[in-house]
Amino acid sequence: MKRITLFFGHYGSGKTNIAINYALHLKKQFDKVAIADIDIVNPYFRTKDSEAELKKAGIKVISLPFANTNVDLPALPPEVYGLVQDKTTVAVMDIGGDDRGAYALGRYTPYLLEEKDYEAVFVANFYRPLTKTAEEAFEVLQEIECACGIKMTAIVNNSNIGVETTEADVKKTDAEAQKLSQIAGIPVIFTSVNESIARNSTHDYFPLTLQKKPF
Amino acid sequence: MAEKVLMKGNEAIAEAAIRSGCRHYLGYPITPQTEIAAYMAKRMPKINGVFLQAESEISAINMVYGVAATGKRVMTSSSSPGISLKQEGISYIAGSDVPALIVNVQRGGPGLGGIQPSQSDYFQATKGGGHGDYHLIVLTPASVQEMADLTSHAFDLADKYRMPVMLLADGTIGQMMEPVELPEEKTSTVEKPWALTGTKMQREHNIINSLYLNTELLEKTNFERFERYKQIEENEVMYESFMMEDAEICVVSFGITARVSKNAIIEARRQGIKVGLIRPITVWPFPKQPILEAADKVKAFISVEMSMGQMLEDIKLACECKKPVHLCNRVGGMIPSPEQVLAKIVEVEGGKN
Repeated sequence: MKRITLFFGHYGSGKTNIAINYALHLKKQFDKVAIADIDIVNPYFRTKDSEAELKKAGIKVISLPFANTNVDLPALPPEVYGLVQDKTTVAVMDIGGDDRGAYALGRYTPYLLEEKDYEAVFVANFYRPLTKTAEEAFEVLQEIECACGIKMTAIVNNSNIGVETTEADVKKTDAEAQKLSQIAGIPVIFTSVNESIARNSTHDYFPLTLQKKPF
Repeated sequence: MAEKVLMKGNEAIAEAAIRSGCRHYLGYPITPQTEIAAYMAKRMPKINGVFLQAESEISAINMVYGVAATGKRVMTSSSSPGISLKQEGISYIAGSDVPALIVNVQRGGPGLGGIQPSQSDYFQATKGGGHGDYHLIVLTPASVQEMADLTSHAFDLADKYRMPVMLLADGTIGQMMEPVELPEEKTSTVEKPWALTGTKMQREHNIINSLYLNTELLEKTNFERFERYKQIEENEVMYESFMMEDAEICVVSFGITARVSKNAIIEARRQGIKVGLIRPITVWPFPKQPILEAADKVKAFISVEMSMGQMLEDIKLACECKKPVHLCNRVGGMIPSPEQVLAKIVEVEGGKN
Protein backbone atom coordinates (compact mmCIF):
# COMPACT_ATOMS: atom_id res chain seq x y z
CA MET A 1 0.00 0.00 0.00
CA LYS A 2 1.49 3.30 -1.13
CA ARG A 3 0.81 6.63 0.54
CA ILE A 4 -0.28 8.47 -2.59
CA THR A 5 -2.45 7.00 -5.33
CA LEU A 6 -2.53 8.93 -8.58
CA PHE A 7 -5.25 8.26 -11.15
CA PHE A 8 -4.37 8.98 -14.78
CA GLY A 9 -6.09 8.11 -18.03
CA HIS A 10 -7.67 9.13 -21.28
CA TYR A 11 -10.30 11.78 -20.65
CA GLY A 12 -13.64 10.16 -19.90
CA SER A 13 -12.03 6.91 -18.74
CA GLY A 14 -13.61 7.29 -15.29
CA LYS A 15 -10.74 8.72 -13.24
CA THR A 16 -12.85 11.04 -11.11
CA ASN A 17 -15.45 8.44 -10.17
CA ILE A 18 -12.73 5.95 -9.27
CA ALA A 19 -10.73 8.52 -7.32
CA ILE A 20 -13.80 9.49 -5.25
CA ASN A 21 -14.75 5.89 -4.52
CA TYR A 22 -11.15 4.94 -3.80
CA ALA A 23 -10.80 7.79 -1.30
CA LEU A 24 -13.98 6.62 0.46
CA HIS A 25 -12.56 3.09 0.45
CA LEU A 26 -9.27 4.28 1.99
CA LYS A 27 -11.10 6.24 4.67
CA LYS A 28 -12.32 2.91 6.08
CA GLN A 29 -8.69 1.95 6.78
CA PHE A 30 -6.92 5.24 7.47
CA ASP A 31 -7.66 8.23 9.62
CA LYS A 32 -6.19 11.06 7.57
CA VAL A 33 -7.34 10.78 3.97
CA ALA A 34 -7.32 13.55 1.40
CA ILE A 35 -8.38 13.81 -2.22
CA ALA A 36 -6.99 16.39 -4.59
CA ASP A 37 -8.62 17.29 -7.88
CA ILE A 38 -5.90 18.66 -10.11
CA ASP A 39 -7.83 18.16 -13.33
CA ILE A 40 -7.16 21.40 -15.18
CA VAL A 41 -8.75 20.17 -18.42
CA ASN A 42 -12.35 19.22 -17.78
CA PRO A 43 -14.83 22.01 -16.97
CA TYR A 44 -17.81 19.75 -16.06
CA PHE A 45 -18.50 16.70 -13.84
CA ARG A 46 -15.81 17.10 -11.23
CA THR A 47 -14.70 15.92 -7.79
CA LYS A 48 -16.25 19.11 -6.44
CA ASP A 49 -19.70 17.74 -7.36
CA SER A 50 -19.16 15.14 -4.60
CA GLU A 51 -17.53 17.53 -2.14
CA ALA A 52 -20.34 17.39 0.44
CA GLU A 53 -20.36 13.59 0.52
CA LEU A 54 -16.56 13.39 0.81
CA LYS A 55 -16.39 15.98 3.55
CA LYS A 56 -19.15 14.20 5.43
CA ALA A 57 -17.04 11.06 5.35
CA GLY A 58 -14.19 13.05 6.91
CA ILE A 59 -12.08 13.26 3.79
CA LYS A 60 -10.16 16.43 3.09
CA VAL A 61 -11.10 17.76 -0.36
CA ILE A 62 -8.67 19.90 -2.28
CA SER A 63 -10.09 21.22 -5.52
CA LEU A 64 -9.23 23.91 -7.97
CA PRO A 65 -10.27 27.31 -6.62
CA PHE A 66 -12.43 27.99 -9.66
CA ALA A 67 -13.89 24.50 -10.21
CA ASN A 68 -17.58 24.54 -11.23
CA THR A 69 -17.58 28.28 -11.74
CA ASN A 70 -17.42 30.29 -14.92
CA VAL A 71 -13.75 31.06 -14.45
CA ASP A 72 -12.05 28.86 -17.01
CA LEU A 73 -8.70 29.31 -15.27
CA PRO A 74 -6.48 26.28 -14.68
CA ALA A 75 -4.96 27.42 -11.37
CA LEU A 76 -3.71 24.81 -8.90
CA PRO A 77 -4.40 25.32 -5.19
CA PRO A 78 -1.37 25.67 -2.85
CA GLU A 79 -2.77 22.94 -0.56
CA VAL A 80 -1.63 20.32 -3.07
CA TYR A 81 1.97 20.93 -1.93
CA GLY A 82 0.85 20.22 1.61
CA LEU A 83 -0.70 16.96 0.53
CA VAL A 84 2.41 15.87 -1.35
CA GLN A 85 4.75 16.85 1.50
CA ASP A 86 2.71 15.87 4.58
CA LYS A 87 3.71 12.23 4.93
CA THR A 88 1.06 11.47 7.54
CA THR A 89 -1.78 11.86 5.02
CA VAL A 90 -3.00 9.07 2.75
CA ALA A 91 -3.82 10.79 -0.48
CA VAL A 92 -5.67 10.28 -3.75
CA MET A 93 -4.97 12.54 -6.67
CA ASP A 94 -7.33 12.91 -9.63
CA ILE A 95 -5.23 14.00 -12.60
CA GLY A 96 -6.74 15.55 -15.73
CA GLY A 97 -7.23 13.55 -18.91
CA ASP A 98 -4.57 12.63 -21.43
CA ASP A 99 -1.11 14.11 -21.57
CA ARG A 100 -2.52 17.63 -21.39
CA GLY A 101 -4.05 16.94 -17.98
CA ALA A 102 -0.92 15.14 -16.78
CA TYR A 103 1.31 18.17 -17.43
CA ALA A 104 -0.20 19.76 -14.33
CA LEU A 105 1.31 17.06 -12.13
CA GLY A 106 4.83 17.87 -13.29
CA ARG A 107 5.47 20.48 -10.60
CA TYR A 108 4.93 17.84 -7.90
CA THR A 109 6.91 15.11 -9.67
CA PRO A 110 10.24 15.84 -7.89
CA TYR A 111 8.59 15.35 -4.46
CA LEU A 112 6.82 12.17 -5.57
CA LEU A 113 10.01 10.72 -7.01
CA GLU A 114 11.99 11.61 -3.89
CA GLU A 115 9.50 10.02 -1.50
CA LYS A 116 9.00 6.94 -3.72
CA ASP A 117 5.72 6.12 -2.01
CA TYR A 118 3.16 6.43 -4.79
CA GLU A 119 1.06 4.21 -7.02
CA ALA A 120 0.57 5.69 -10.49
CA VAL A 121 -2.59 4.11 -11.80
CA PHE A 122 -3.61 4.19 -15.43
CA VAL A 123 -7.40 3.93 -15.78
CA ALA A 124 -8.51 2.19 -18.96
CA ASN A 125 -11.94 1.97 -20.55
CA PHE A 126 -11.83 -0.13 -23.71
CA TYR A 127 -15.31 1.09 -24.71
CA ARG A 128 -13.94 4.58 -25.32
CA PRO A 129 -13.57 5.17 -29.06
CA LEU A 130 -9.93 6.29 -29.03
CA THR A 131 -8.73 3.60 -26.59
CA LYS A 132 -10.53 0.53 -27.88
CA THR A 133 -7.42 -1.64 -27.99
CA ALA A 134 -4.49 -2.29 -25.66
CA GLU A 135 -2.20 -0.70 -28.25
CA GLU A 136 -4.23 2.52 -28.40
CA ALA A 137 -4.46 2.67 -24.61
CA PHE A 138 -0.70 2.12 -24.34
CA GLU A 139 -0.13 5.07 -26.69
CA VAL A 140 -2.11 7.32 -24.30
CA LEU A 141 -0.31 5.80 -21.30
CA GLN A 142 3.08 6.67 -22.78
CA GLU A 143 1.97 10.21 -23.66
CA ILE A 144 0.92 10.68 -20.04
CA GLU A 145 4.25 9.34 -18.73
CA CYS A 146 6.14 11.75 -21.00
CA ALA A 147 4.00 14.68 -19.89
CA CYS A 148 4.30 14.24 -16.12
CA GLY A 149 7.65 12.46 -15.82
CA ILE A 150 6.25 9.56 -13.79
CA LYS A 151 6.11 5.92 -14.88
CA MET A 152 2.78 4.18 -14.51
CA THR A 153 2.92 1.39 -11.92
CA ALA A 154 -0.54 -0.16 -12.19
CA ILE A 155 -3.65 -0.45 -14.35
CA VAL A 156 -7.32 -0.29 -13.42
CA ASN A 157 -9.75 -1.74 -15.92
CA ASN A 158 -12.81 0.51 -15.79
CA SER A 159 -14.36 -0.63 -19.07
CA ASN A 160 -18.01 0.38 -19.26
CA ILE A 161 -20.67 1.75 -21.57
CA GLY A 162 -22.38 3.83 -18.93
CA VAL A 163 -25.75 2.85 -17.47
CA GLU A 164 -26.21 0.06 -19.99
CA THR A 165 -23.12 -1.86 -18.83
CA THR A 166 -23.57 -5.54 -17.97
CA GLU A 167 -21.06 -7.85 -16.32
CA ALA A 168 -20.64 -9.61 -19.68
CA ASP A 169 -19.55 -6.28 -21.22
CA VAL A 170 -16.90 -5.94 -18.53
CA LYS A 171 -15.67 -9.52 -18.93
CA LYS A 172 -15.25 -9.04 -22.66
CA THR A 173 -12.48 -6.55 -21.94
CA ASP A 174 -10.42 -8.78 -19.60
CA ALA A 175 -8.21 -10.00 -22.42
CA GLU A 176 -7.51 -6.46 -23.62
CA ALA A 177 -6.63 -5.37 -20.08
CA GLN A 178 -4.23 -8.31 -19.71
CA LYS A 179 -2.66 -7.44 -23.05
CA LEU A 180 -2.14 -3.86 -21.91
CA SER A 181 -0.62 -5.22 -18.70
CA GLN A 182 1.86 -7.28 -20.72
CA ILE A 183 2.79 -4.47 -23.10
CA ALA A 184 3.26 -1.98 -20.27
CA GLY A 185 4.82 -4.49 -17.88
CA ILE A 186 2.60 -3.45 -14.96
CA PRO A 187 -0.23 -5.31 -13.18
CA VAL A 188 -4.00 -4.81 -13.37
CA ILE A 189 -4.72 -4.09 -9.71
CA PHE A 190 -8.50 -4.20 -9.99
CA THR A 191 -11.48 -4.04 -12.30
CA SER A 192 -14.05 -1.45 -11.30
CA VAL A 193 -17.77 -1.77 -11.99
CA ASN A 194 -20.97 -0.10 -10.92
CA GLU A 195 -21.92 -1.08 -7.38
CA SER A 196 -25.07 -2.88 -8.61
CA ILE A 197 -23.00 -5.18 -10.83
CA ALA A 198 -20.45 -5.83 -8.08
CA ARG A 199 -23.19 -6.71 -5.59
CA ASN A 200 -24.67 -9.40 -7.85
CA SER A 201 -21.40 -10.95 -8.93
CA THR A 202 -19.16 -13.60 -7.42
CA HIS A 203 -16.15 -11.87 -8.95
CA ASP A 204 -14.05 -9.56 -6.80
CA TYR A 205 -14.69 -6.17 -8.40
CA PHE A 206 -14.03 -2.71 -7.02
CA PRO A 207 -17.55 -1.27 -6.64
CA LEU A 208 -18.31 2.27 -7.79
CA THR A 209 -21.13 4.47 -6.56
CA LEU A 210 -21.65 7.03 -9.28
CA GLN A 211 -22.41 10.73 -9.12
CA LYS A 212 -26.12 11.42 -9.63
CA LYS A 213 -27.44 13.51 -12.52
CA PRO A 214 -30.87 15.21 -12.70
CA PHE A 215 -31.43 14.13 -16.34
CA MET B 1 -26.40 -4.29 -34.36
CA ALA B 2 -23.27 -2.21 -34.20
CA GLU B 3 -21.30 -2.36 -30.99
CA LYS B 4 -21.83 0.44 -28.53
CA VAL B 5 -19.08 2.70 -27.27
CA LEU B 6 -19.04 5.19 -24.41
CA MET B 7 -18.68 8.72 -25.70
CA LYS B 8 -18.89 12.31 -24.73
CA GLY B 9 -21.53 14.21 -26.70
CA ASN B 10 -18.84 16.29 -28.37
CA GLU B 11 -16.91 13.20 -29.46
CA ALA B 12 -20.10 11.65 -30.84
CA ILE B 13 -20.60 14.69 -33.07
CA ALA B 14 -17.05 14.44 -34.37
CA GLU B 15 -17.12 10.70 -35.05
CA ALA B 16 -20.59 10.87 -36.65
CA ALA B 17 -19.38 13.69 -38.90
CA ILE B 18 -16.44 11.59 -40.04
CA ARG B 19 -18.74 8.64 -40.71
CA SER B 20 -20.98 10.94 -42.73
CA GLY B 21 -18.11 11.65 -45.08
CA CYS B 22 -16.96 14.92 -43.57
CA ARG B 23 -13.22 15.24 -44.17
CA HIS B 24 -12.90 18.96 -43.53
CA TYR B 25 -13.10 20.42 -40.05
CA LEU B 26 -12.20 24.05 -39.56
CA GLY B 27 -12.52 25.47 -36.10
CA TYR B 28 -11.20 27.38 -33.19
CA PRO B 29 -11.24 26.10 -29.58
CA ILE B 30 -13.71 27.27 -26.96
CA THR B 31 -15.14 25.59 -23.86
CA PRO B 32 -17.40 23.57 -23.69
CA GLN B 33 -17.00 22.16 -27.22
CA THR B 34 -13.24 21.78 -27.51
CA GLU B 35 -13.44 17.96 -27.54
CA ILE B 36 -14.89 18.18 -31.07
CA ALA B 37 -11.74 19.89 -32.28
CA ALA B 38 -9.50 17.64 -30.16
CA TYR B 39 -11.14 14.52 -31.60
CA MET B 40 -10.86 15.84 -35.15
CA ALA B 41 -7.22 16.73 -34.59
CA LYS B 42 -6.51 13.10 -33.65
CA ARG B 43 -8.66 11.38 -36.29
CA MET B 44 -8.48 13.52 -39.44
CA PRO B 45 -4.75 13.01 -40.16
CA LYS B 46 -5.27 9.23 -39.96
CA ILE B 47 -8.03 9.21 -42.60
CA ASN B 48 -6.58 11.68 -45.05
CA GLY B 49 -8.88 14.44 -43.82
CA VAL B 50 -8.23 18.05 -42.94
CA PHE B 51 -8.22 19.36 -39.40
CA LEU B 52 -7.37 23.00 -39.32
CA GLN B 53 -7.33 25.30 -36.34
CA ALA B 54 -7.84 28.72 -37.83
CA GLU B 55 -6.54 31.91 -36.23
CA SER B 56 -10.09 32.93 -35.30
CA GLU B 57 -13.73 31.92 -35.58
CA ILE B 58 -14.22 34.41 -38.39
CA SER B 59 -11.41 32.83 -40.32
CA ALA B 60 -12.74 29.32 -39.65
CA ILE B 61 -16.27 30.05 -40.92
CA ASN B 62 -14.92 31.63 -44.10
CA MET B 63 -12.80 28.53 -44.68
CA VAL B 64 -15.99 26.50 -44.23
CA TYR B 65 -17.60 28.71 -46.89
CA GLY B 66 -14.70 27.95 -49.21
CA VAL B 67 -14.85 24.19 -48.74
CA ALA B 68 -18.65 24.21 -48.98
CA ALA B 69 -18.36 25.90 -52.38
CA THR B 70 -16.52 22.82 -53.65
CA GLY B 71 -19.41 20.57 -52.57
CA LYS B 72 -17.35 18.69 -49.97
CA ARG B 73 -18.96 17.90 -46.64
CA VAL B 74 -17.57 20.42 -44.18
CA MET B 75 -18.19 21.54 -40.64
CA THR B 76 -17.17 23.91 -37.92
CA SER B 77 -18.07 23.99 -34.27
CA SER B 78 -17.96 26.54 -31.50
CA SER B 79 -19.81 27.74 -28.44
CA SER B 80 -21.99 30.82 -28.04
CA PRO B 81 -19.52 33.76 -28.22
CA GLY B 82 -17.67 32.00 -31.04
CA ILE B 83 -20.92 31.41 -32.92
CA SER B 84 -21.66 35.14 -32.71
CA LEU B 85 -18.33 35.78 -34.42
CA LYS B 86 -19.27 33.37 -37.20
CA GLN B 87 -22.58 35.04 -38.04
CA GLU B 88 -21.34 37.10 -40.99
CA GLY B 89 -19.90 33.97 -42.59
CA ILE B 90 -23.07 31.99 -41.93
CA SER B 91 -25.11 34.69 -43.67
CA TYR B 92 -22.75 34.48 -46.68
CA ILE B 93 -23.08 30.69 -46.75
CA ALA B 94 -26.88 30.98 -46.63
CA GLY B 95 -26.80 33.71 -49.27
CA SER B 96 -24.65 31.55 -51.53
CA ASP B 97 -26.82 28.44 -51.11
CA VAL B 98 -24.06 26.06 -50.12
CA PRO B 99 -24.32 23.23 -47.56
CA ALA B 100 -22.39 23.21 -44.29
CA LEU B 101 -22.75 22.04 -40.72
CA ILE B 102 -22.31 24.49 -37.87
CA VAL B 103 -22.33 23.09 -34.33
CA ASN B 104 -23.14 25.34 -31.38
CA VAL B 105 -22.51 23.77 -27.95
CA GLN B 106 -24.15 26.60 -26.04
CA ARG B 107 -22.85 28.25 -22.88
CA GLY B 108 -24.20 31.06 -20.76
CA GLY B 109 -24.40 34.58 -22.15
CA PRO B 110 -24.64 37.34 -23.21
CA GLY B 111 -21.10 38.54 -23.84
CA LEU B 112 -18.41 36.17 -22.69
CA GLY B 113 -20.99 34.87 -20.22
CA GLY B 114 -19.71 31.64 -18.74
CA ILE B 115 -18.67 28.11 -19.58
CA GLN B 116 -21.65 26.30 -18.08
CA PRO B 117 -24.60 25.07 -20.21
CA SER B 118 -27.30 27.28 -21.68
CA GLN B 119 -29.97 27.42 -24.39
CA SER B 120 -29.99 31.16 -24.76
CA ASP B 121 -28.82 31.21 -28.39
CA TYR B 122 -32.29 30.05 -29.45
CA PHE B 123 -33.25 33.38 -31.04
CA GLN B 124 -29.90 33.64 -32.77
CA ALA B 125 -30.19 30.11 -34.17
CA THR B 126 -33.84 30.18 -35.23
CA LYS B 127 -34.44 33.79 -36.22
CA GLY B 128 -31.48 34.44 -38.46
CA GLY B 129 -28.46 35.37 -36.41
CA GLY B 130 -26.68 37.06 -39.26
CA HIS B 131 -28.06 39.71 -41.59
CA GLY B 132 -30.60 39.25 -44.34
CA ASP B 133 -33.60 37.02 -44.92
CA TYR B 134 -32.48 33.48 -44.31
CA HIS B 135 -32.97 30.44 -42.14
CA LEU B 136 -30.85 27.65 -40.82
CA ILE B 137 -32.31 24.21 -40.22
CA VAL B 138 -31.72 23.86 -36.49
CA LEU B 139 -31.53 20.43 -34.85
CA THR B 140 -31.53 20.00 -31.07
CA PRO B 141 -30.13 16.74 -29.68
CA ALA B 142 -31.21 15.52 -26.22
CA SER B 143 -28.79 12.62 -25.82
CA VAL B 144 -25.33 11.55 -26.87
CA GLN B 145 -26.99 9.13 -29.31
CA GLU B 146 -28.85 12.04 -30.89
CA MET B 147 -25.64 14.06 -31.06
CA ALA B 148 -24.43 11.33 -33.44
CA ASP B 149 -27.68 10.68 -35.30
CA LEU B 150 -28.60 14.32 -35.85
CA THR B 151 -25.08 15.16 -37.03
CA SER B 152 -25.49 12.54 -39.69
CA HIS B 153 -28.99 13.80 -40.55
CA ALA B 154 -27.74 17.40 -40.62
CA PHE B 155 -25.27 16.66 -43.42
CA ASP B 156 -28.05 15.03 -45.47
CA LEU B 157 -30.37 17.99 -44.97
CA ALA B 158 -27.62 20.49 -45.79
CA ASP B 159 -26.92 18.71 -49.10
CA LYS B 160 -30.59 18.19 -49.93
CA TYR B 161 -31.55 21.85 -49.48
CA ARG B 162 -28.14 23.45 -50.24
CA MET B 163 -28.05 25.40 -47.00
CA PRO B 164 -26.27 25.67 -43.66
CA VAL B 165 -27.65 23.45 -40.91
CA MET B 166 -27.01 24.07 -37.23
CA LEU B 167 -26.74 21.47 -34.50
CA LEU B 168 -27.84 23.38 -31.41
CA ALA B 169 -26.58 21.53 -28.34
CA ASP B 170 -25.54 22.71 -24.90
CA GLY B 171 -22.53 22.24 -22.66
CA THR B 172 -24.08 19.43 -20.67
CA ILE B 173 -24.87 17.19 -23.62
CA GLY B 174 -21.48 18.09 -25.07
CA GLN B 175 -19.65 17.03 -21.92
CA MET B 176 -21.69 14.12 -20.61
CA MET B 177 -20.98 10.53 -21.50
CA GLU B 178 -23.49 7.93 -22.62
CA PRO B 179 -23.47 4.72 -24.61
CA VAL B 180 -23.82 5.36 -28.31
CA GLU B 181 -24.26 3.26 -31.40
CA LEU B 182 -22.45 5.08 -34.13
CA PRO B 183 -24.05 5.61 -37.54
CA GLU B 184 -22.90 3.60 -40.55
CA GLU B 185 -20.24 5.00 -42.85
CA LYS B 186 -21.77 6.91 -45.75
CA THR B 187 -21.20 9.85 -47.99
CA SER B 188 -23.31 12.38 -49.83
CA THR B 189 -25.68 10.89 -52.38
CA VAL B 190 -26.80 14.25 -53.69
CA GLU B 191 -25.50 15.44 -57.08
CA LYS B 192 -23.80 18.83 -56.81
CA PRO B 193 -23.57 20.22 -60.35
CA TRP B 194 -23.20 23.71 -58.85
CA ALA B 195 -19.96 22.89 -57.02
CA LEU B 196 -16.60 24.43 -57.85
CA THR B 197 -14.76 21.31 -58.99
CA GLY B 198 -12.84 22.67 -61.97
CA THR B 199 -14.42 22.98 -65.40
CA LYS B 200 -11.83 20.74 -67.10
CA MET B 201 -12.70 22.94 -70.08
CA GLN B 202 -15.90 20.94 -70.45
CA ARG B 203 -18.52 23.16 -68.88
CA GLU B 204 -19.29 26.74 -68.03
CA HIS B 205 -17.82 28.18 -64.85
CA ASN B 206 -19.83 27.71 -61.71
CA ILE B 207 -20.03 30.81 -59.58
CA ILE B 208 -20.63 30.75 -55.82
CA ASN B 209 -21.44 34.22 -54.61
CA SER B 210 -23.82 36.11 -52.36
CA LEU B 211 -23.41 39.50 -54.06
CA TYR B 212 -26.14 40.53 -56.51
CA LEU B 213 -25.70 43.73 -58.50
CA ASN B 214 -29.17 43.35 -59.95
CA THR B 215 -31.84 44.09 -57.35
CA GLU B 216 -34.58 42.23 -59.22
CA LEU B 217 -32.42 39.15 -59.37
CA LEU B 218 -31.64 39.42 -55.65
CA GLU B 219 -35.34 39.67 -54.91
CA LYS B 220 -36.06 36.66 -57.11
CA THR B 221 -33.32 34.66 -55.38
CA ASN B 222 -34.81 35.52 -51.97
CA PHE B 223 -38.29 34.48 -53.11
CA GLU B 224 -36.94 31.21 -54.49
CA ARG B 225 -35.01 30.51 -51.30
CA PHE B 226 -38.16 30.99 -49.25
CA GLU B 227 -40.02 28.56 -51.51
CA ARG B 228 -37.39 26.04 -50.44
CA TYR B 229 -37.87 27.01 -46.78
CA LYS B 230 -41.59 26.37 -47.23
CA GLN B 231 -40.85 22.82 -48.40
CA ILE B 232 -38.62 22.33 -45.38
CA GLU B 233 -41.37 23.51 -43.05
CA GLU B 234 -43.71 21.00 -44.69
CA ASN B 235 -41.35 18.03 -44.80
CA GLU B 236 -38.59 18.23 -42.24
CA VAL B 237 -40.23 18.98 -38.89
CA MET B 238 -39.06 16.57 -36.19
CA TYR B 239 -40.44 16.26 -32.67
CA GLU B 240 -41.11 13.72 -29.96
CA SER B 241 -44.45 13.40 -28.22
CA PHE B 242 -44.35 11.97 -24.68
CA MET B 243 -47.46 11.09 -22.64
CA MET B 244 -49.55 13.57 -24.64
CA GLU B 245 -52.54 11.27 -25.36
CA ASP B 246 -54.65 12.45 -22.42
CA ALA B 247 -52.53 15.44 -21.31
CA GLU B 248 -54.19 18.54 -19.86
CA ILE B 249 -50.89 20.37 -19.52
CA CYS B 250 -48.28 20.38 -22.27
CA VAL B 251 -44.65 20.94 -21.40
CA VAL B 252 -42.56 22.05 -24.37
CA SER B 253 -38.83 21.63 -24.01
CA PHE B 254 -35.82 20.62 -26.12
CA GLY B 255 -32.35 19.29 -25.46
CA ILE B 256 -31.17 18.70 -21.91
CA THR B 257 -34.18 20.44 -20.32
CA ALA B 258 -36.52 18.02 -22.12
CA ARG B 259 -34.83 15.22 -20.18
CA VAL B 260 -35.24 17.05 -16.89
CA SER B 261 -38.89 17.69 -17.87
CA LYS B 262 -39.51 14.00 -18.56
CA ASN B 263 -38.41 13.13 -15.04
CA ALA B 264 -40.73 15.81 -13.67
CA ILE B 265 -43.62 14.58 -15.85
CA ILE B 266 -43.20 10.99 -14.67
CA GLU B 267 -43.37 12.19 -11.07
CA ALA B 268 -46.38 14.46 -11.81
CA ARG B 269 -48.20 11.54 -13.43
CA ARG B 270 -47.50 9.51 -10.30
CA GLN B 271 -49.29 12.29 -8.40
CA GLY B 272 -52.23 12.07 -10.79
CA ILE B 273 -51.57 15.15 -12.92
CA LYS B 274 -52.22 14.64 -16.62
CA VAL B 275 -49.18 16.22 -18.19
CA GLY B 276 -47.20 15.44 -21.31
CA LEU B 277 -44.26 16.71 -23.32
CA ILE B 278 -43.75 17.91 -26.86
CA ARG B 279 -40.03 17.90 -27.50
CA PRO B 280 -39.08 19.83 -30.63
CA ILE B 281 -36.12 18.13 -32.31
CA THR B 282 -36.08 20.73 -35.08
CA VAL B 283 -36.55 24.21 -33.62
CA TRP B 284 -36.48 25.61 -37.12
CA PRO B 285 -38.71 24.44 -38.62
CA PHE B 286 -40.63 24.61 -35.35
CA PRO B 287 -43.26 21.86 -34.77
CA LYS B 288 -46.18 24.28 -35.08
CA GLN B 289 -48.81 21.73 -36.06
CA PRO B 290 -48.57 19.40 -33.03
CA ILE B 291 -48.60 22.41 -30.72
CA LEU B 292 -51.64 23.92 -32.45
CA GLU B 293 -53.39 20.55 -32.17
CA ALA B 294 -52.45 20.28 -28.50
CA ALA B 295 -53.86 23.77 -27.90
CA ASP B 296 -57.38 22.41 -28.42
CA LYS B 297 -56.87 19.70 -25.78
CA VAL B 298 -54.69 21.16 -23.03
CA LYS B 299 -55.43 24.02 -20.68
CA ALA B 300 -51.90 25.44 -20.68
CA PHE B 301 -48.39 25.13 -22.00
CA ILE B 302 -45.17 25.33 -20.00
CA SER B 303 -41.97 26.26 -21.80
CA VAL B 304 -39.01 24.74 -19.94
CA GLU B 305 -35.84 26.34 -21.21
CA MET B 306 -32.44 27.61 -20.15
CA SER B 307 -33.14 31.09 -21.46
CA MET B 308 -35.37 34.05 -20.58
CA GLY B 309 -38.42 32.89 -22.52
CA GLN B 310 -37.13 32.63 -26.07
CA MET B 311 -38.82 29.42 -27.27
CA LEU B 312 -41.86 30.60 -25.34
CA GLU B 313 -42.53 33.08 -28.17
CA ASP B 314 -42.57 30.32 -30.78
CA ILE B 315 -45.01 28.31 -28.66
CA LYS B 316 -47.31 31.36 -28.45
CA LEU B 317 -47.15 31.79 -32.22
CA ALA B 318 -47.69 28.08 -32.84
CA CYS B 319 -50.71 27.77 -30.53
CA GLU B 320 -52.04 31.10 -31.82
CA CYS B 321 -52.30 32.23 -28.19
CA LYS B 322 -55.28 29.92 -27.69
CA LYS B 323 -53.94 28.89 -24.29
CA PRO B 324 -51.61 30.52 -21.78
CA VAL B 325 -47.91 29.72 -22.08
CA HIS B 326 -45.97 29.69 -18.80
CA LEU B 327 -42.23 29.90 -18.39
CA CYS B 328 -40.08 27.62 -16.24
CA ASN B 329 -36.43 28.46 -16.62
CA ARG B 330 -32.92 28.78 -15.25
CA VAL B 331 -30.21 30.81 -16.95
CA GLY B 332 -26.56 31.75 -16.72
CA GLY B 333 -25.30 28.16 -16.74
CA MET B 334 -27.82 26.75 -14.27
CA ILE B 335 -30.00 23.74 -15.18
CA PRO B 336 -33.62 23.49 -13.97
CA SER B 337 -34.11 20.62 -11.53
CA PRO B 338 -36.91 18.06 -11.94
CA GLU B 339 -38.32 19.45 -8.66
CA GLN B 340 -38.53 22.96 -10.10
CA VAL B 341 -40.34 21.73 -13.21
CA LEU B 342 -42.66 19.59 -11.08
CA ALA B 343 -43.47 22.58 -8.88
CA LYS B 344 -44.39 24.59 -11.99
CA ILE B 345 -46.60 21.77 -13.29
CA VAL B 346 -48.37 21.58 -9.91
CA GLU B 347 -48.77 25.37 -9.88
CA VAL B 348 -50.28 25.41 -13.38
CA GLU B 349 -52.54 22.50 -12.46
CA GLY B 350 -53.88 24.78 -9.74
CA GLY B 351 -52.41 23.12 -6.71
CA LYS B 352 -54.32 19.89 -7.34
CA ASN B 353 -52.23 16.79 -6.70
